[in-house]
Amino acid sequence: MPKKPVTFMLNGAEQAAFADDGQNLLDLLRRGVGDLAPKYGCGQGGCGACTVLIDGVPHLSCLVLAETVDGRRIETASGLAGARLHPLQEAFMAHFAAQCGYCTPGMLMAAKALLDQNPRPSREEVVEAISGNLCRCTGYEPIIEAILSVANGGARA
Amino acid sequence: MSEGMIEFRKEFFADERDDTLKEIGRPTRRQDILGHVTGRSPFYDDHLFQGLLHMRCARSPHHAARIRRIDTAEAERSPGVVRVLTGRDVPLNLNTLLSLLDFGIDDEPLLSTDRVRYRGEPVAAVIAETEAQARAAAAKVRIEWDPLPHVLDVEEAIRPGAPAVLDVYPGNRFVYHGTYDHQKLRYGDVEAAFRAADHIVEGRYQMSPIEQAPIETCGAIAAPETNDRFVCYTSTQALFFSLATTAKVLQTPSSRLHFIGGTVGGGFGGKVDSVHEPLAVLGAMLTGRPVKFMWDREEEMQVGAPRGAERWYIKDGVMRDGRIVARKFTGYFDSGAYTRLTSYAVIKAVGHLPGPYTIPNVHADVSCVFTNRTPATAMRGFGITGVDFAIEAHMDKVAETVGMNPIDLRILNAYRDGDMKAHRRLAKNCALIECCQVVAEKAGVQLSNASRAASSRQGGGGDRALLPAYTALDQAGRVSGFEGGSYARKAARSRPAPQPVPPAPGPIGRRATTQPPPQSAPQRPRAAEPPPAAAATPPPPPPRQGPIRFSSLSGFRRR
Amino acid sequence: MSVVVETYATATEAARALAGGDALYLAGGTLAMRSVNAGEAPRRLVRTTDRALKEITPAGDVVRVGAGVTMRELLASRELGFLHAAGRQVGGPQVRAMGTVGGNLFAPHPYGDLAVALLALGARVLLAGQSGARPLADLLRDRARAGLVTHLEVPRPREPRAFGFLKAARVHPRGASVIAIAALLPREGGRVRGARVAYGAMGPAPLQATSVERALEGQALDRATIDRAVAAAVQGLDPPTDALASSWYRREVAGVHLRRLLESMERG
Repeated sequence: MPKKPVTFMLNGAEQAAFADDGQNLLDLLRRGVGDLAPKYGCGQGGCGACTVLIDGVPHLSCLVLAETVDGRRIETASGLAGARLHPLQEAFMAHFAAQCGYCTPGMLMAAKALLDQNPRPSREEVVEAISGNLCRCTGYEPIIEAILSVANGGARA
Repeated sequence: MSEGMIEFRKEFFADERDDTLKEIGRPTRRQDILGHVTGRSPFYDDHLFQGLLHMRCARSPHHAARIRRIDTAEAERSPGVVRVLTGRDVPLNLNTLLSLLDFGIDDEPLLSTDRVRYRGEPVAAVIAETEAQARAAAAKVRIEWDPLPHVLDVEEAIRPGAPAVLDVYPGNRFVYHGTYDHQKLRYGDVEAAFRAADHIVEGRYQMSPIEQAPIETCGAIAAPETNDRFVCYTSTQALFFSLATTAKVLQTPSSRLHFIGGTVGGGFGGKVDSVHEPLAVLGAMLTGRPVKFMWDREEEMQVGAPRGAERWYIKDGVMRDGRIVARKFTGYFDSGAYTRLTSYAVIKAVGHLPGPYTIPNVHADVSCVFTNRTPATAMRGFGITGVDFAIEAHMDKVAETVGMNPIDLRILNAYRDGDMKAHRRLAKNCALIECCQVVAEKAGVQLSNASRAASSRQGGGGDRALLPAYTALDQAGRVSGFEGGSYARKAARSRPAPQPVPPAPGPIGRRATTQPPPQSAPQRPRAAEPPPAAAATPPPPPPRQGPIRFSSLSGFRRR
Repeated sequence: MSVVVETYATATEAARALAGGDALYLAGGTLAMRSVNAGEAPRRLVRTTDRALKEITPAGDVVRVGAGVTMRELLASRELGFLHAAGRQVGGPQVRAMGTVGGNLFAPHPYGDLAVALLALGARVLLAGQSGARPLADLLRDRARAGLVTHLEVPRPREPRAFGFLKAARVHPRGASVIAIAALLPREGGRVRGARVAYGAMGPAPLQATSVERALEGQALDRATIDRAVAAAVQGLDPPTDALASSWYRREVAGVHLRRLLESMERG
């Protein structure tokens, strides 16, 4: 089965990989490129654990055909921290916004997409922004508080 | 945790407690949260292997059926397929999880060969180069079924003539220690108390199975390591269960297994059954390559073991003033098609009865019942939450019957320090009354003066510390055909013990050096032969004179 | 068993490829990729990069919308402001970034909330390789044989207050519909003229509630009219049973939700 070359920016660095026909982006990122941050939770677009940003917009990578990201800019949770952690990462830690941690990479990307577009969201807007991401552990409140704490100008311990 | 989310009521039991709290109420970082927010926490699937193979199972579409034939030829020829496993490849293809604790009879195959008992039961495991290829090939496993009558309701399952789910338990009830088909709690004489009661309050309470639905699905990746060991990354919550179960089922010394767990993407009790690791390791053994066995979401929801459904009947004898003088329970835990942990859930539930109340006459019959539903397993508050729902719903019903405020009713009947409980131990460190008082305050419910003055430390003990003068006993539910002893076995004449099956001939692509065959290592010495079953029922032991002494497990409060 | 992806520069070529059989059209992927992931897709995945499918063009009293416009693009378009109430309630942010207007027309029960709104508005569809627009209602009656939708012509409601949309779901935001209702109730001289009411999740596809339309047509939108419309709420309907709600439940609540929508439109 011939593979298709796909070239894209991943967390600021150029990546090249080969996609099988019909392969989804989640699988390409995890197995093809070795970025294990986005997770498999359902393969149906229901849980959001696979959320990545494509050109700044949140997508369900399990439902994105891998070859369609050629030339695009992808961000995953692996790229949030530089020399220092991203404020959202600090806030999640401070607010106990992760327990098992499995939904966390997807949640962080949904939150980042929101704050990049809307630095001072209302609580309603935060709820809407993470409405495509399921969490079975925290009950969502700590996550919403963590995001609001960044929105209001810096992680609060 | 932000401050202001916890309200401390330090006035309660203040003299018994050192209030220098160093951790509670303060924000403390989880030791693993840095990994979570950087995406580096190593869940089992977060390990890359060269040449990774993928495993998917062919499963029963029937609730119950006999297997006439399993034809894997077309699946084996399917593109990308390396190996197809069936029950014949499993060295010891019969197990029950709690055999590790010497409790229960092996009843569940890893891959069924002659009979299936629930929809979704695995019959063959296809191993292929990609997940898509494994999925396509699993659909090509041809199985000839003879559907059998099935039963999906616990009370129908225990009726005479109901289809037997498991040959080992023809009455569709787990047998405890070879003696009874249920757990009995007997304390006092409920029938006499019912006759003397002013009111009888009855209720029926039903709980559905509840799927834990973690975001991470169950699975394991197993791979050969260099020193003839196998590494296995697993989602399990019960690493040592998984390790020992794999060692037993694959008849391999546990020293050959290198299990790595501890990072679970949500378990909630649903990742303890240890069905993934044995198949993944077997696949790695027989192919010589890394094998991933991961459930997709549909399997997680339908095949994955839920918290088992429960049905409870509660009958209370109640006096006009609200005192509950007798409580009778009949409980049915739906274990589904196999035992797994439900036998233990029942024991936990019975230990919990009659709830946090001092009731002088208590009677309970609680059964672990087999049906053709998905096998059940643990979930938070395992064995307890279902019956608590029933008990508390029933308390409200009792309150309504006697015309009492439901919180006043609970305080009236609450246990107090020093009270004898139905399991013949003295209650200590009780706090139900104080909890009720705070609840009433928060909810704006006006309590009676007596309720407001009540305390867990007053009014208990004395006469309430005595065992009942007479406890009505019975032999109902006594079974025959099981040998007693610490690991109850079905009597030899009705069923032969399972023999370990040698592994199937060598895998494709085995390493050049000849490996010695895996040692067949029993996990513990064979149990001594149990004594012959007694011809007559032994006489009941004389009633105890005092409470059973035991050391406190919690020791939170100094006395 | 593995899919083959075929990408075409124009919608016309893609439509021709689809006609070849054993093929599934891939737009946003929110539905098609689920089948691919489950190993249940046909052998061929057909897609197009045709930019014409992305247009949003006002044309008189209709707006021409390409079938490839995503919910997110719809929500960013002022021209389509009258569809925002419906578009906002489709899925979560990720689904809206990916899912297309065209895809929503073919979404199986219980999905298709935007299609409900479009049906009530009297939208027409244009198909590749066919001239002339056809009513969406026709397409919804026989989706399996429809062909490839390239554009929709969506009539703008003459006054914004004449169009209302309500979605009832168990989870807020983003849950799938127990019922979705869209109502177009233009008024002339205080009376409803040209009533169109559509339901989602009340049948195999979005459908018009013709009994409700008859009860509203020519009437003032007052308490008595609303009562009559609600009484006719489920006439002739056989709602599906699914994991979200039973047929019985949908029958029980349809009238309740219809009343809430009509009363909110009565208040204006």
